[in-house]
Amino acid sequence: MLAVEILGLEKTYAIGFWKKKRKDGLKSLHLEIQQGEVFGFLGPNGAGKTTTLKLLMGLISPTAGTARILNQPWHDPAVRARIGFLPEQPYFYDHLTPIELLDYYGTLSGISAPDRRLRIPKLLERVGLAGQGGTQLRKFSKGMLQRVGIAQAVLHEPEVVFLDEPMSGLDPVGRREVRNFIQSLNREGKTVFFSTHILGDAEALCHRVAVLNKGELRGISVVADLTSQNRSRFEVVWQATAAIPAMRAFGNETHVAGEVARTIVRESQLQAALEALKSQSAQLISVNPVGGSLEEYFLQKLGEPDKVPR
Amino acid sequence: MTTRIRAIAFNTFREAVRDRVLYNLVFFALLLVATAPLLGEISIGVQRVLLINLSLSAISIFGIVISIFVGISLVSKEIERRTLYPVLSRPVGRGEFILGKYCGLAGTLLVNTMAMTTGFYVALLLMTRSFTRADANILIAIYFLFLQFIVIIGLALLFSSFSSPLLSALFALSMFVAGSFAADLRGFAAMSHGPEGLLARAASYVVPNLASLNVITRVSHDQFIPAALVGYNTLYTLLYATATITAAVLIFSRRDLK
Repeated sequence: MLAVEILGLEKTYAIGFWKKKRKDGLKSLHLEIQQGEVFGFLGPNGAGKTTTLKLLMGLISPTAGTARILNQPWHDPAVRARIGFLPEQPYFYDHLTPIELLDYYGTLSGISAPDRRLRIPKLLERVGLAGQGGTQLRKFSKGMLQRVGIAQAVLHEPEVVFLDEPMSGLDPVGRREVRNFIQSLNREGKTVFFSTHILGDAEALCHRVAVLNKGELRGISVVADLTSQNRSRFEVVWQATAAIPAMRAFGNETHVAGEVARTIVRESQLQAALEALKSQSAQLISVNPVGGSLEEYFLQKLGEPDKVPR
Repeated sequence: MTTRIRAIAFNTFREAVRDRVLYNLVFFALLLVATAPLLGEISIGVQRVLLINLSLSAISIFGIVISIFVGISLVSKEIERRTLYPVLSRPVGRGEFILGKYCGLAGTLLVNTMAMTTGFYVALLLMTRSFTRADANILIAIYFLFLQFIVIIGLALLFSSFSSPLLSALFALSMFVAGSFAADLRGFAAMSHGPEGLLARAASYVVPNLASLNVITRVSHDQFIPAALVGYNTLYTLLYATATITAAVLIFSRRDLK
């Protein structure tokens, strides 16, 4: 089952005093994330990563498109009990202590009082805040707040965890701890979707990554393929008006973004795939070898023109 | 649903109680009540009237200040600090959030009003040495003041659901001032004709009738407050608050949180 299925989500902001100007926050995004996957959402600042997460959390409304989380509409309240979210640079009610805060969020998530009493101390210990449960949050450092943020995101034992820049502002030790925490979540079978612009974190943690720039999906890749230096696979990009079913036969990682589709095929299948495109009269845009480092891939995708010419 | 609303309300109450600004306001209100008997000493024969007027006015002013300034920040502060994000990413509806915040502030004001009322009755007892039946009548005036707070919180929440804190404060304050002169507005509407008459009539329905909720002068002169007025004012407040909260929920539900 898919953990997250994004079907053409789009967000256009009205800006300026009279709200007459339009700014694209996210252009028709299509994305599928499998259950149990750690998926990295990469992109520079302003790429649309936070916009995507806000859309999925129902904090902003899409201009177009829809999404499904755990096979249910993303805005369904029942889904909210099965997902966890850490906002970027989280800030919590500073008049509360971590115990009070987690108790509050636990109540909102529908956890019973005995369960809350049981889970909260364990969770605080797990995020390295044992002994700090009674201190008001206004006395916490940024790193400690990040730990509280992670704790609240997993308190209700969600199946999918969305983390917006979880390593942002942390020192190397803190980053390592968050990395370990994400790995442990994944070992428990949870799906983790996290945004970052720190490529090393993505390389260390993710099964797959998507690169986003200026609100547009630039590419999706399996991290192991990128880092293996094995160039036996190719990314084929074409006009998505045709040939999608035919191409799915070659690569099970076919993604559509707006009018552009991408798939990854093995070298042995490349010729057949290109012929399939030709037979369907689909316009080929590019064929690129998949391999090298994540950084190379990231920079390559950022360097691509904003819009693929027809 | 009620558990979530109760949790949000309790958190709002707890935040207000732990906020030092709120303590200062209550402290000054109590101080004013405490100084009222001293002022009465210099006004021979009108001590009781002066004490009631001054104390109830203090309860009113401080309650209105809290209603407006805490009310407008209920939603805007949560958006600005992004504390709202972990709340709304859970199975919490935006309507539940607004209702919870509203109930939390209403509860805070109830406790504050009760504390100030206790202070007032202590001051009254110190001055008069004993209570009379007329003193119980004052509770009706205080109840009406609380109803005013209920109306103002609704308006503050409504304005803050679509405008900046500064503008929300300005709008809510304007509505309070206009509402305090609602009787004059209704009189003007009755006398006016044509477009301005229509406009005045429309305004008289939109503006809350706070004048009807102010019986401080009447109770200070031991005038009887009919039970029908208590019933009418209670119903009016419930309807007005429901309308403002509904509008706030409708607007807030469509709002993008940036």
